[in-house]
Amino acid sequence: MAETVTLEVNGKTYEREVEPRTLLVHFLRDELGLTGTNVGCETSLCGACTVHMNGRTVKSCTQLAVQAQGAKITTIEGLGNGAGLHPLQQAFWDEHGLQCGYCTPGMIMAAAGLLQDNPNPTEAQIRESLKGNICRCTGYQNIVKAIAKAAQAGGGGA
Amino acid sequence: MGVFGSAIKRREDPALITGKGKYTDDFQMPGMVYATMVRSPFAHAEINSIDTSQAKASPGVLAVYTWQDIEAAGIPGVVPTAWLLPDIKTPDHPILARGKVRYVGDAVAVVVAESRAAARDAADLVQVDYEMLPAVVDVNKALEDGAPQLFDDAPGNLAFDWDLGDKDKTDAAFDGAAHTATLELRNSRLIPHAIEPRAALADFNSSTGELTLHMTSQNPHVHRLLMSIASLGLPEHKIRIVAPEVGGGFGSKIHHYPDEAVAAFCSMQLQVPVKWTATRSETNLTDAHGRDHWSKAEIALDGDGKIVGVRVDTHAAMGAYLSTFAPAVPTYLYGTLMSGQYDIPAIYVHVQAAFTNTAPVDAYRGAGRPEATFVVERLLDAAARVTGLDPAEIRRRNFVAPDAFPYQTQVALAYDSGNYEPALDRALEMVGYADLRQQQAQRRSSGGKLLGIGLSSYIEACGLAPSQVVGALGAQAGLWESAKVRVHPSGSVTVYSGSCGHGQGHETTFSQIVADRLSVDVDQVDVIEGDTEKVQFGMGTYGSRSAAVGGSAIATAVDKVIAKAKKIAAHLLEAAEEDIEFQDGQFQVKGVPDKAQAWGDVVLQAYLAHNLPDDMEPGLEANSFYNPSNFTYPFGTHVAVVEVDPETGQVTLVRYVAVDDVGNVINPMIVDGQLHGGIAQGVGQALWEEAVYDDAGQLTSATLLDYALPRAHYFPTFELDRTVTPCPHNPLGVKGVGEAGAIASPAAVVNAVVDALSHLGVQHLNMPLAPERVWRAIQSQGNGNGQGGA
Repeated sequence: MAETVTLEVNGKTYEREVEPRTLLVHFLRDELGLTGTNVGCETSLCGACTVHMNGRTVKSCTQLAVQAQGAKITTIEGLGNGAGLHPLQQAFWDEHGLQCGYCTPGMIMAAAGLLQDNPNPTEAQIRESLKGNICRCTGYQNIVKAIAKAAQAGGGGA
Repeated sequence: MGVFGSAIKRREDPALITGKGKYTDDFQMPGMVYATMVRSPFAHAEINSIDTSQAKASPGVLAVYTWQDIEAAGIPGVVPTAWLLPDIKTPDHPILARGKVRYVGDAVAVVVAESRAAARDAADLVQVDYEMLPAVVDVNKALEDGAPQLFDDAPGNLAFDWDLGDKDKTDAAFDGAAHTATLELRNSRLIPHAIEPRAALADFNSSTGELTLHMTSQNPHVHRLLMSIASLGLPEHKIRIVAPEVGGGFGSKIHHYPDEAVAAFCSMQLQVPVKWTATRSETNLTDAHGRDHWSKAEIALDGDGKIVGVRVDTHAAMGAYLSTFAPAVPTYLYGTLMSGQYDIPAIYVHVQAAFTNTAPVDAYRGAGRPEATFVVERLLDAAARVTGLDPAEIRRRNFVAPDAFPYQTQVALAYDSGNYEPALDRALEMVGYADLRQQQAQRRSSGGKLLGIGLSSYIEACGLAPSQVVGALGAQAGLWESAKVRVHPSGSVTVYSGSCGHGQGHETTFSQIVADRLSVDVDQVDVIEGDTEKVQFGMGTYGSRSAAVGGSAIATAVDKVIAKAKKIAAHLLEAAEEDIEFQDGQFQVKGVPDKAQAWGDVVLQAYLAHNLPDDMEPGLEANSFYNPSNFTYPFGTHVAVVEVDPETGQVTLVRYVAVDDVGNVINPMIVDGQLHGGIAQGVGQALWEEAVYDDAGQLTSATLLDYALPRAHYFPTFELDRTVTPCPHNPLGVKGVGEAGAIASPAAVVNAVVDALSHLGVQHLNMPLAPERVWRAIQSQGNGNGQGGA
């Protein structure tokens, strides 16, 4: 039986009928066409699906769309203020913080969550904070560099 | 510094960092429906019957197909093996099971429905009556008498029996040796884990007979060819394969699998677009795995610590079917590397490859070369132990001398170039080797965490590959690469490359190659890859071949363009062609500074055709099919420094130094990134990762809950440097870099951990070096079991 879900994504309000079992990530991708948020696993471990929900990072593969009723969601497409790249996006570009790019949206959203909580993290704190996000290409080295650079540039938060 | 060699930022990134990059599953088509596979839950079973009636009646279901439907459609319906060895057994691998399943995950049926959920629901309603058969998952057991047989026509499960080198000469070297050492080595089975699971979106147009297939591919033309001749029976020119953004591959997206062909079959039957996207556990069950060897490896030395012989006997698991390039991996990409960086007068390698009730094994980052490097570099440490020499000294003493190149090994390869000692010296200097040895001794006497230092002086053969050579070795393909360089009338350039990047940054580095050669701005060059309709043909991206072979194809095509432009310039300048120099974007008459034509003017003339030399056709573009004359031979020394907690067996990688020689470097930022990633994967194998099947053939590490993929906090910052020995036989002087990190690092880390425990009598440990295994080895000290916990 379909349920109605109303939520705000990247500043825009949507109302849709969804099957109750629809995952938030599939809702974002298939219903709203926001395919920047990726699916890499089914166990909430890879973090490719990381988005912000009411200002906190969540894995959208382990949220039902109906759980997001009334929520404010930010995805990679909505990061920043709309005028150019967010400092984290810029830093990932500058520091070669991505290769295939599949984990990147989730990685950037997770990093934004970190910098919101801790605007000046140490390298160890950056590495610890990425526990929930897996990258298979970069060995993380340039991701860590990019986040440190964005922090220095005052790029905290969404 | 020019544009070649500079760390310019990747032009791929703006789309990828904003979520605008389009991967296969991101595409939607009107009327698109979804396919879900029904997979075998058993490792080995006869299929008595399949009842699809309930599934077909499930809401939203359009069709359920089994092998019967493939057969009824009259298509070939198999995925083939594309590398053949003498006396190899290549049983059919049908795209849906034909009477029998041979591993957990073998596709039995496919359900197509209007939504992912409806397809998933209905898949559970397909009733398959299985008759269980005994299974064998371990390669050693598969080769024993009386083992369960996977195929009637492969007695003893033997897929092939292969050897290389001079057995008698090697045996004689061992007989006369002053020292010998033997290791029983396990090279653990790995799951590649591209973060994007495999996916396909098939759209068959019945009115034109054309199939468009978006899929996760490292080599779309190869997939098109195999799809045409072996799976679907459609004419090759009626299939268009597009590899859009591809979310990592590491080899796993080279191979031709059943699933993408089945998705195409569904679209051909139903005449609507059909999307199939693997879940993580599904991709882990069915992507070709890597490694899975057991080896007995021996080294023989004279009284001066010079190696006189190496002898290796390997059992290689092939899984349930011979995957696309699987036979090459434990043979020509493995046995040929057994000389390492060393001058070894006698080598013999014997490989028996067996079918097992597991996912097929095929090329995974490094493909045979990490396995070979693990054998050679573990043997060098064993040699250091039996001779009493320092691990650095035994390597130094045996390096091929810099004046000995080209160097013909005893195992077929002719190393074109090399200079090994400077890389070793630099790595030792960076890591502070002498100080570390002192610290190690102090720690041993003072208690606390133990320190280990591990070296890996690796060589690899990449830039696959000279076509005549691989043809003689069994490849059913040439391994050249194509490029078309099209100069537009305004002077900007589009390059069509047969390479197919999936994270390597080709659009950036290939543009650098062209911009450098033509002296045009890098932004004036675009690179197109990954679409069989746009690119003439291509062998794709793997085997660290894209810069060395694909890049050389581009360079060669650019040179053809320049040659034609020179003729035009000579004509316009009324000079002899041989008097024209092309420099800094100018065609210049040698020694006459005011007689010159700019690049843009010559290009325009090529298109205006108002004043061209007689018999010259208008336009300015060139094709190249570049066939390398040899492999390229990157090398280097990596040093791992580990701490081992003797109380818990916990290993911490505290430093990692890598000095690599990959020849000339097009973009140092990208080269370093490739090394970081490769090192992380190799360290992952050494310390954490392993694909584990239980005895019944269930993959107990099918999800990320069970398979320990490394995370950011597992690693220190890798410390990199380079030496530069250009490749002498390609126009760019480049070698491959994509696999080097994964080739060198497992041996470095295992050598370091064994080194940390060597004073306890530990001589070897098998990967992954999980705390329990290390702790047991520590506990076994004094009982004479040097292989403790292995």
